[in-house]
Amino acid sequence: MRRGISIRWLPLLTVLAMLGPVVAGLLGTIAPAFGYLPAANMTERTVAPFVDLFRWGGFPHAVMLSVTTGFLATSLSLLITVLIIAGWHGTRAFNLIRRLLSPLLSVPHAASAFGIAFLITPSGWVARAFSPWLTGWERPPDVLIVQDHWGLAMVVGLVAKEVPFLLLMSLAALGQVNAKSSATIAAALGYGRVTGWLKTVFPRVYAQIRLPVYVVLAYSMSTVDVAIVLGPNTPPTLSVQIVKWMSDPDLAMRLEAAAAALVQLLLVIGALIWWRGGEIVVGILGAKWVMRGTRSFGDNALRVVGLGAGVLVCTGVLLGLVSLGVWSVAGLWSYPDVLPDSLSARSWSRHWGNIFDTGITTLLIAVCATFIAVLLTLGCLEAEYRFDFTMSERGVFLLYLPLMVPQTAFLPGLQTLMLSAGLKSGFVPVVLAHLVFVLPYVFLSLSDPFRAWDVRFGTIAAALGRSANGVFWRVRLPMLLAPVLTAVAVGFAASVGQYLPTLLVGGGRLSTLTTEAVALAAGGDRRAIGVYGLAQTVAAILPFAAALLLPQIIWRNRRGLSDA
Amino acid sequence: MNILRTTALAFCALSTTATAQTDPENWDAVTAAANGQTVYWNAWGGSTQTNDFIAWVGDRVSEDYGVTLEHVKLSDTADAVSRVLAEKSAGQNDDGAIDMIWINGANFAAMKDANLLFGPFAESLPNWALVDVQGKSVQSDFTVPTDGMESPWAMAQVVFIHDTADLAAPLGSMEAILEWSSANPGRFTFPQPPDFLGTTFLKQALIDLLDDTTVLSAPVGDNYDEVTAPLWDFMDALTPTLWRQGKAYPQTGPRQLQLIADNEVDLAISFSPGEASAAIANFQLPDTARTFVLDKGTLGNASFVAIPYNSGSSEGAMVVANFLMSAEAQTRAQNPDILGYGTVLNMDALSTNERAAFDALDLGIATLSPAELGTALPEPHPSWATRLADDWAARYGVAQ
Repeated sequence: MRRGISIRWLPLLTVLAMLGPVVAGLLGTIAPAFGYLPAANMTERTVAPFVDLFRWGGFPHAVMLSVTTGFLATSLSLLITVLIIAGWHGTRAFNLIRRLLSPLLSVPHAASAFGIAFLITPSGWVARAFSPWLTGWERPPDVLIVQDHWGLAMVVGLVAKEVPFLLLMSLAALGQVNAKSSATIAAALGYGRVTGWLKTVFPRVYAQIRLPVYVVLAYSMSTVDVAIVLGPNTPPTLSVQIVKWMSDPDLAMRLEAAAAALVQLLLVIGALIWWRGGEIVVGILGAKWVMRGTRSFGDNALRVVGLGAGVLVCTGVLLGLVSLGVWSVAGLWSYPDVLPDSLSARSWSRHWGNIFDTGITTLLIAVCATFIAVLLTLGCLEAEYRFDFTMSERGVFLLYLPLMVPQTAFLPGLQTLMLSAGLKSGFVPVVLAHLVFVLPYVFLSLSDPFRAWDVRFGTIAAALGRSANGVFWRVRLPMLLAPVLTAVAVGFAASVGQYLPTLLVGGGRLSTLTTEAVALAAGGDRRAIGVYGLAQTVAAILPFAAALLLPQIIWRNRRGLSDA
Repeated sequence: MNILRTTALAFCALSTTATAQTDPENWDAVTAAANGQTVYWNAWGGSTQTNDFIAWVGDRVSEDYGVTLEHVKLSDTADAVSRVLAEKSAGQNDDGAIDMIWINGANFAAMKDANLLFGPFAESLPNWALVDVQGKSVQSDFTVPTDGMESPWAMAQVVFIHDTADLAAPLGSMEAILEWSSANPGRFTFPQPPDFLGTTFLKQALIDLLDDTTVLSAPVGDNYDEVTAPLWDFMDALTPTLWRQGKAYPQTGPRQLQLIADNEVDLAISFSPGEASAAIANFQLPDTARTFVLDKGTLGNASFVAIPYNSGSSEGAMVVANFLMSAEAQTRAQNPDILGYGTVLNMDALSTNERAAFDALDLGIATLSPAELGTALPEPHPSWATRLADDWAARYGVAQ
């Protein structure tokens, strides 16, 4: 046995790093939900907070909003992703989409939501392009699109960000699933392109992207940033309302917020169970469909729909990004002008100093959190392989806990925990707080490709005389360069986009690009939002570019490694 | 709710406060201790003009006193209150994360009652001598006495901003606004309560509709339904004529300016008489925007800064608070190209040069002169604002 630090304990350490804060935060939430808040000297256990919550007039609608927007956004995203891959894998159009994935994914949620809001609002860019010469609108129509009552604008904003995410996860999975040969065989047997892919490859791919889909569902139901920009306000979604209650100076509102947070948690759990049931049903029906042997099922129409939806998502996000850029240099820009009256560098020169400072902070935090996360993840997965641990169902559930529990539910509890432990607000607590959210994403995007690696390579290497560590560093890791870089990029973007952890745990002493952008969002200065949105995007795009380019460069002479 | 609140306050009152801070009376000791300190000023960060002004303040106090000022941008002052509260409940009584908060109204009342503030210090500051204590309401914050626990730095008064291209003449009263809005549906809105500006609109409407407003100086009691009945009749009539038929609202004040620029609305409420001019200079509003006040007058209040009890840089914070009340800072704040806030200073207490600097200011094309603004109406007791906001949310907060 090689002497040195055993990695046997790494899985336990990782779980502790990820879950300790969540559990403590939840305890900090469960207690007030039942009336126990020592800071306000309330120590009786009571269900009064839940009663107050149910009595709130907006409760039924907020709950319904969370559930319907969550399901709608997730289903649509998954559908579009599947149609794009099924219809266009291997074509030149697909390569173009793959190249666009990095810029699309790196636009942080809030920035992309603003861009889309400006596009679709009645006085927005699309309307301005056609007014008043086509539509006859001297003034914008009084139509409720953004912040509509049913959350449809919010669904659009969510889908626009989730399709690239699911696409990226699927691409990482495709490489491990031998998609090309299956598709070729299906084509040889006479199946249409879409139908063949759906019947042969999709079930295997879905098994690998099931976890990202769950995360997407949980996120869609409990998002705060996108809901604030695009979602309704009368009433808002449950998570936004929780944040509003948490900020209320009246302490009694915290109890109601804690109760609502628990309800949100239960909703997310229920939704996941429901989705799982849906998977089983679809699986049964799908198997029957496969057995029927239909060679083609409206393939051409589906291809067009898939491409159309993909193009819409791409152009939506990119145009939104461009609009942020134009706003950042705009002078006076009123309706119905398509372009600003004048350009001005004032916004950039005004904000540049602050952007530079906060940008450095953002990058430092992201680098530290992601580095630790990747280290822990690789160590865990390797320990799992060497010592034959298996991740049970419960283990998987624990992995998702930080992503499924709404941030608003356990972060204030986490804040109190850190204060009591004497951890002063500063860089290290914020990195640890970011780690809680970055670890699951990194683990999520890395675990399946890692495990799907063919262990026979390891066997051969061992037979050729390499130790276990040698196999890891010299065979496995190089072969998994693309998934590892993708995981780094995902972790980086996750850290750059964090708002509540930085604000609450950092005590306001650390400003990142996101905290600045959200603070400005409250003011409605589109120029400043444009500047910060672009800066945020650039901060997140670099690792994605690296994740796509580096494997191509490093493995340019190994075709099987540079692909997905 | 009341019992919970009282026990909360009782609990906080029993806690001890940190005493390692310098006595404000000894100004030399304060400036000596302040040299080299870093002050984290938690202030609303939603307006780029205000952020720039705070950055300028940081440069100046660094030059003159060696104090480093960090602006922590908040979207809601209650976040800072939560933070100090969390620190107190975790027993962190020294060197908290927050050194100074831009605060007034209900937030101040909550912190003062829970003994979360350092002080009294405001009246010991050297520049307090320049403040217009008689003419401006700077010693009582929404009817709650400040007791020197917060120091003023800006005066605000409600004005209405209108785009003269679509709405040419000022409207003199709430009834006039209702009439105009009914004739031009979808062209008026206000921030959604409980945003402070939205709640201000409700208070302003109530004050304008009532004949006798003295009842509002006392805490809200059983007279609530009777007193607010005209307001809810007014809102019932107004809400369907609002922008988006009252189903959606802008979430903050500056968002309304964007709506005017987008030609979606023609009328908006603002708390700063100079905001419109500053916005025009900043490309945020068309140059046809102007402001007006109601015939009966509009609400006014002061913005303050307060220091949390557990601040580790209380001397630096006092230095900054003092600088904010200086003629130099006040002149700059009143300049509409920079900020456009009203001053807290008494012109008679200033030197000739300082006074000349004020007189030389061009208040801006959309700013009303002090004579046109008239006297500001006093704010109601904070309990009215809370109750109005809650009631509005119950009645209109959920669209049908």
